[in-house]
Amino acid sequence: MMEEQLTRKQLELSEVRSLLAESEGVEYWRSLDELAQTEEFEALVQREFPEQASELVDPVSRRNFLKLMGASLAFSGLTACTIQPSEKIVPHVRAPEEIVPGKPLFYATGIPLGGIATGILAESHMGRPTKIEGNPQHPGSLGATHAITQASVLDLYDPDRAQTVLNAGQISTWDLFLQKLATALGVQQLQKGAGLRVLTGNVTSPSLASQLSALLREFPQARWHQYEAANRDSVRAGAALAFGESVNAYYDFSQAQVILSLDADFAHSGPGNVRYARDFAAGRRVRDGQQKMNRLYTVETTPSPTGSLADHRLGLASREIEAFALELASRLGVDAQISGAAAETADLPKKAAAWLTPLIGDLQRHRGSSLVVAGDQQSPAVHALAHALNQALGNVGKTVHYTDPLEADPTDHLQSLRDLVVDMNAGSVELLVILGGNPVFDAPSDFDFEGALDKVDFRVHLSLHGNETSRLCHWHVPESHFLESWGDARGYDGLVTILQPLVEPLYRSRSAHDLLAAMTGQTGKAAYDIVREYWKKQFSGVDFGNVWQQALHDGFISDTALPSRSVSLKSPLILPPGTGVQPEEGELELSFRPDPLIWDGRFANNGWLQETPRPVTKLTWDNAALVSPAAATRLGLKNEQIVELRLEESVVRAPVWVLPGQADNAITVHFGYGRTQVGRVGQGAGFDPFPLRTSRSMWSGRGLQLTKTYESHPLACTQDHHSMEGRPLVRQATLDEFLEKPDFAHHMGHDPPEDLTLYDKHDYDGHAWGMAIDLNTCLGCNSCAVACQSENNIPIVGKEQVLNGREMAWIRIDRYYKGELDDPEIVHQPVPCMHCENAPCELVCPVAATVHSKEGLNDMVYNRCVGTRYCANNCPYKVRRFNFLQYADRDSESLKMQRNPDVTVRSRGVMEKCTYCVQRINSARIEAKKAGRSVTDGEITTACQQACPTEAIVFGDLSDPDSQISRLKGSPLNYGILTELNTRPRTTYLAGLKNSNPEIVEG
Amino acid sequence: MSEAARKTPYQPPTEELGPGQSSYESMTDKISSIVLTTRTPLSWFFGFAVGFLVLHGFLAGVGYLLYEGTGIWGLNNPVGWGFAIINFVWWIGIGHAGTLISAILLLFRQKWRTSINRAAEAMTIFAVLCAAQFPLIHTGRPWLAAYWLLPYPNSMGIWPQFRSPLIWDVFAVSTYLTVSLLFWYVGLIPDLASFRDRAKNRIAQLAYGFAALGWRGSAIHWERYEMASLLLAGLSTPLVLSVHTIVSFDFSIGIIPGWHATIFPPYFVAGAIYAGFAMVLTLMIPLRRLYGLDDFITQRHLNNMAKIMLTSGLIVGYGYLMEKIMAWYSANPYEMFMMDNRMGGPYGSYYWALILCNIVVPQLLWIKKLRINPLVLFVVAMFINVGMWLERFIIVVTSLHRDFMPSSWDMYHGSFWDWVTYIGTIGMFIALFFMFIRGLPMISIHEVRTLLPIGRKKD
Repeated sequence: MMEEQLTRKQLELSEVRSLLAESEGVEYWRSLDELAQTEEFEALVQREFPEQASELVDPVSRRNFLKLMGASLAFSGLTACTIQPSEKIVPHVRAPEEIVPGKPLFYATGIPLGGIATGILAESHMGRPTKIEGNPQHPGSLGATHAITQASVLDLYDPDRAQTVLNAGQISTWDLFLQKLATALGVQQLQKGAGLRVLTGNVTSPSLASQLSALLREFPQARWHQYEAANRDSVRAGAALAFGESVNAYYDFSQAQVILSLDADFAHSGPGNVRYARDFAAGRRVRDGQQKMNRLYTVETTPSPTGSLADHRLGLASREIEAFALELASRLGVDAQISGAAAETADLPKKAAAWLTPLIGDLQRHRGSSLVVAGDQQSPAVHALAHALNQALGNVGKTVHYTDPLEADPTDHLQSLRDLVVDMNAGSVELLVILGGNPVFDAPSDFDFEGALDKVDFRVHLSLHGNETSRLCHWHVPESHFLESWGDARGYDGLVTILQPLVEPLYRSRSAHDLLAAMTGQTGKAAYDIVREYWKKQFSGVDFGNVWQQALHDGFISDTALPSRSVSLKSPLILPPGTGVQPEEGELELSFRPDPLIWDGRFANNGWLQETPRPVTKLTWDNAALVSPAAATRLGLKNEQIVELRLEESVVRAPVWVLPGQADNAITVHFGYGRTQVGRVGQGAGFDPFPLRTSRSMWSGRGLQLTKTYESHPLACTQDHHSMEGRPLVRQATLDEFLEKPDFAHHMGHDPPEDLTLYDKHDYDGHAWGMAIDLNTCLGCNSCAVACQSENNIPIVGKEQVLNGREMAWIRIDRYYKGELDDPEIVHQPVPCMHCENAPCELVCPVAATVHSKEGLNDMVYNRCVGTRYCANNCPYKVRRFNFLQYADRDSESLKMQRNPDVTVRSRGVMEKCTYCVQRINSARIEAKKAGRSVTDGEITTACQQACPTEAIVFGDLSDPDSQISRLKGSPLNYGILTELNTRPRTTYLAGLKNSNPEIVEG
Repeated sequence: MSEAARKTPYQPPTEELGPGQSSYESMTDKISSIVLTTRTPLSWFFGFAVGFLVLHGFLAGVGYLLYEGTGIWGLNNPVGWGFAIINFVWWIGIGHAGTLISAILLLFRQKWRTSINRAAEAMTIFAVLCAAQFPLIHTGRPWLAAYWLLPYPNSMGIWPQFRSPLIWDVFAVSTYLTVSLLFWYVGLIPDLASFRDRAKNRIAQLAYGFAALGWRGSAIHWERYEMASLLLAGLSTPLVLSVHTIVSFDFSIGIIPGWHATIFPPYFVAGAIYAGFAMVLTLMIPLRRLYGLDDFITQRHLNNMAKIMLTSGLIVGYGYLMEKIMAWYSANPYEMFMMDNRMGGPYGSYYWALILCNIVVPQLLWIKKLRINPLVLFVVAMFINVGMWLERFIIVVTSLHRDFMPSSWDMYHGSFWDWVTYIGTIGMFIALFFMFIRGLPMISIHEVRTLLPIGRKKD
């Protein structure tokens, strides 16, 4: 049976290849399953009585029902006619005077990730933060956000958050904890803190650092350690190799004409990614007279959002990237020497070698306007070579800038943790305070952190959720969310962001500042005072009141960005032994990456992030061992087949996902999944690759052994089916083709005449809303999708429902491949509602629940909808989403506070879809009307548009000929999809362009 | 009555009536004894029990549906319609034979229809009742759909959206049900009177008497009866065509490739007749055996019904062929893909099973020997029943699961609850039918009596 099941799931890659070879019209294809066209039907035959059978026998839901019935009877008298939260959770005791009921207020603050802050504006409704938006003034955001940022507001209201101080798993109090801590510290006092250790994540916060140093002054023998699983040790070590000192590099993509990314997903992860994406996209935008485009070359192990925009992209394993960088550097005249014995250097893969000459030519033609970026996961040598290349190309001071490190104490995280573990094992650690993080889960497996932790007498953990580490600590103190506590942190360029809370802590939680204050004899001192006093000291002599006020208003303290500094490159560059050694024939490499959405696991209980498709794989709720199609053929692997991955002594079982574009000799696993102590959302999602990750193989491990099993694990992929079938959905050309024939996109489809309809034309008055999406700059990062989810109260449905094809996203990002199976181009296409002029959905609804507005919106009337689903069937774009079950969580009190009060929470049995954020349109219209003016261009931004880091989405009034949207609709690149159906969509696309190097022949 | 006819000696219609039936009395005895007997055969209890038990699957399925939501079915985002709509169309199609037999064949003066029309009409009503369960429960919020789909005057001035074929459906199906019910009931009146007169049991006498509306069999009664039958037949005839035409509009008004086709109305009507006759045979062949009705349902009937099945089957086959030809001739890539996907896609084997059931197997009916063989006919009819269900599955599912945006393509599988609900309606149908044969004359007594020489109009 097992075997049978497996064969059913299998898809024959050889068959796929031959199908591709045979096909003529088919240019785009979407998935291997489809190309093979094997699996689905057999699955159908074999599973006549599938998924829902379980519902009847599920005792949990039955019990819940009874519980709810009982509760609703009991409380029916209490709740009377209000659903508002009771007094105790209304955050402001005294309402600020600016509050106008029904009007949101925005507060500038910042979101720290890996210690690096990005400026945000948090929307607050009657004191409840409901949505996060980018801070247009903050250089790290410029108004846009990452998907994680959008989703972070959900963490605040997570019902599974830690809510009380726990002592050995039992509810306790902060005061009791302080007593015990004071006793332990008293003991430490006597021995100058020799047994005291503090473990934090990456710290850039100046005020927190000053508290830590105060602590270390008080306990001179104590140690402060830092560790993050997704750390930037390589970056630091690379800078040390290149310059002999720790420096921070940041880039100016607006000046870069030719960019080489050495496995750097710069527009989607790492410090400054949102800003980088903006600048990078600006250089690619061919509109308003601009006819030049930057050019991106990417070599990367796993296809990334940034890589999908590359004009030339190659999948290479880490070691090959190292060799590639080495070869490139030597041909560009970088003096690099490898210490130790001369290593045998094998040839570069053919394709990579063919790239070198044209790439070098291109880089040399753009001295001072080129840029080489290395990814955080690359080895220090690659980083050092990237620094050297930038130096050699004259980019320093132009496209790359150096500053002092962002971190308060730039240490090697791995070494820092190793020291801690050694001390713990030696029994010299008596009091360990872990501020955030989850080392039991994410420390290198060879450290056996769990075992070492056991030897510490007094263990304290401060964290948002009770996690694997909290469970093993004597005391667990709930940590305040960044939206409910004071703090500060530096941005990618060193700019200090003040984190100001929007609410009082929902629970009795504390921040790291509070805990450190308690440890330095300042118990009870508010975090606000700590942060403010720190900065007051820095601004002595000026009117600090104004500075502070301005900083809170802006979200950052101006002029705190670290100044550029000069660096001197070591020459010759001495690279560590073994650099550039090629893998043996057939040797597999295992690459580790933080999950693009749940990061190192800290967001594993965030349903929005779990259910948002990963940018390229489109997987939800799971991670997988990503294998290239060629490797899958070679190893005989199929999608969803479970394999055993063995690295050194550790074995992990993982489902396979065949990913076109993946490097041939590398298998990538994303860590962060497989959490065991996580909460209701993240429980049971994915597998945990951390057991494979040792201190020797932090980002990639050599000599991976792979054993097939005959089991499979279903993966919930939102878009695993099918090719584009030659349909002109994504239209694309090279820059040269465009310049030659600017309206190429129009020739790829057919637009019927406008009067071709039986019905009268809609008669519009006033505004005519429309949207254009630039495929040239869409990364597929999903910020828009999460922003939409947050703005529009879109529920999550869970893995089973995603497997059933019932995900609710109002804007989805379609991903298509183009070209070869092993090295395809990746294109993204965000698809919201098209708001058709001749909307097929409108005429089939029997109850007129979807109707055309006077401003051309295709409105959905939830109250009227009876759920025939005819509209969804008749929607050619398939953007309508049906509430098959009661998806919106109506029971969790804390989640109710997150909801946008301007948007209906839909019940089961109702259709929903993108509204162009009609609530925002209405609110702007009302404001304009009150002021006696018309809505100005740019006054209304939809949630997706606002979040988009690359400004790919533009929304506005088509009736205003001067609006940005009207100009874009006039662009020769503008086209609608499926217009041959005479739907006349209001949402259109700007065709994608590739700025290919004519010297590189693809294929 | 012409003079010539009066002179021609009458030939008894042996093929329409078996040799065992020679007088009014024997016929009335035979048919009424099935109902008015003191002993109900065990087989009836068995059949009814099966139907009644299975009916509870439907009740459970609907109960759970109302409690939990549409999500208990296998539907998903591209495939918004599934079993509910398939079953609806399937049942509605089956519900065509009865009216066709009693109305159209009445108008065409096909005397042989008399021994099957009552049961076929009953079957029609039960099938339409089964069908009528689905449109409502398939909606997300049936408690609102139940009245929002009706044009009732309300203070907010909100009306249904009359451009939607689903609204047309509401009218088409409810009209059809009403007229079929009336037609059936009017036809029953003389027989109910016979039962009233023959019943021994007081309650039965009262019940049949009440239902017989005071029928005394006077010439005026008969005259009015004939006129009413004729009028209702005239009313029903266009309905036979219109109901399934409008049901087909549910699809052809949509823009989905595989739905948006002008051939749908005739093709659906032919399919409905096909399915209806298959179901009539499916019911009549075992009944004939069970109750020894060979004298009433003769080889002539089997032969005629088989011929109609073959003819409508060929029209349906023509429909399939035209779909393919139009897809090719249109050169519309979406249409062409749709046909290729139907024939060679993941549901390809469903398509070929459909061709086997609906096109290949019924070709056996060209052979007369097989047409009059009840066993063969029963098997062929079963194939057609399955085939017609598959046809609707193909139309609904394969069109939706891969339409315009390849990114949204997905697969559809009926869930456990889909099957329970579907099979439950079959139980409901069986239970209703068994109740019908136990309580009412399953063959129209007064009409079959006209087949006897003595009762025959001398024309």
